Amino acid sequence: MIVRIEVRLKKGYFDPEGEVTARALKDLTFPVNNVKVSKLYTIDLRVEKKEEAIKIAEEMCKKLLANPTKDEYSIEVLLNGEINEKI
Amino acid sequence: MRACIARVGGTNCDLEMKIVLEEYKIKAEIVHMKRLIKEGLRGYDILVFPGGFSYGDYVRAGAIWGKEILAKMRREIEEFIESNKLIIGICNGFQVLVEAGVLPDDGISEVPKAVLATNISAKYECRWIYLRVEDNGEVLRVPIGHGEGRFMPSSNEILMDLIKNRCIIFRYAKPSGELANGEYPYNPNGSIYDIAGICNKKRNIFGMMPHPERAFFGWQMPDNRGKKYGDGKKIFDMILGGIIESHSMEKN
Repeated sequence: MIVRIEVRLKKGYFDPEGEVTARALKDLTFPVNNVKVSKLYTIDLRVEKKEEAIKIAEEMCKKLLANPTKDEYSIEVLLNGEINEKI
Repeated sequence: MRACIARVGGTNCDLEMKIVLEEYKIKAEIVHMKRLIKEGLRGYDILVFPGGFSYGDYVRAGAIWGKEILAKMRREIEEFIESNKLIIGICNGFQVLVEAGVLPDDGISEVPKAVLATNISAKYECRWIYLRVEDNGEVLRVPIGHGEGRFMPSSNEILMDLIKNRCIIFRYAKPSGELANGEYPYNPNGSIYDIAGICNKKRNIFGMMPHPERAFFGWQMPDNRGKKYGDGKKIFDMILGGIIESHSMEKN
């Protein structure tokens, strides 16, 4: 089962990468208000059940992928390449 | 006295650390993490996590090495700390200690109690800065080289504990010694409270973003190059002072 985990800065946290990206895009004359940068992990898990996949993905976020001081995350379960559940 | 300078792929300040420790007549060995996991920390008095870009800084700087330590050497590290041995983390090594939940202290925790986030400038800041030593007010000049150095504790209580327990040892300052007060470029990364380096309550774990090993000898300094030692030596004198003293007392 494939899970997709997005890790991004919590609301209110200054995002320097987003700021400079926004500036560069504006320089290229795109109509940009702001940019937030996040990381997307697509992980193929050796489990069959959706609930189990979500539980494991949450553990992965807590133990490695996100630092709770600054990050928040969301998890999607992909079935046959399609988003099945998003939390 | 023996020191273990740990390294993984991407570590690049290990040799400078070895040269510095050897100046104190400490037998310093550069040991790859794989060997360290297999052979353990027995026989070492000092453990150093040097600067670099461990595991390519993937996920977050220091995160993968930090979690590897948690997963494979947690008990060993805890025993090392409990037996009053010394742990030093410089730059990437500091990021590793924070991600491993070793610093700020209160026992190793799986959930980090702080983060070294992306610099507010969004730049890789590589230059000389000024530090104020909180113990004695001395102003030192040392280099930095990091993209993720903005120290942020996960709660206000953790910051208050650091202040109350005098665990904030170095703060970014202006050349006059006045604190940077968040002002760029004196505070190069936007660290809360101008924090550049911290220690634990027992003062046997030290972590800092600046590189004192790159300012150890006079010839490494941007000025006063004629002197034998640079400002970085004062930092190592402070960090290593306790363990060197206790060892010489044991010998006598």
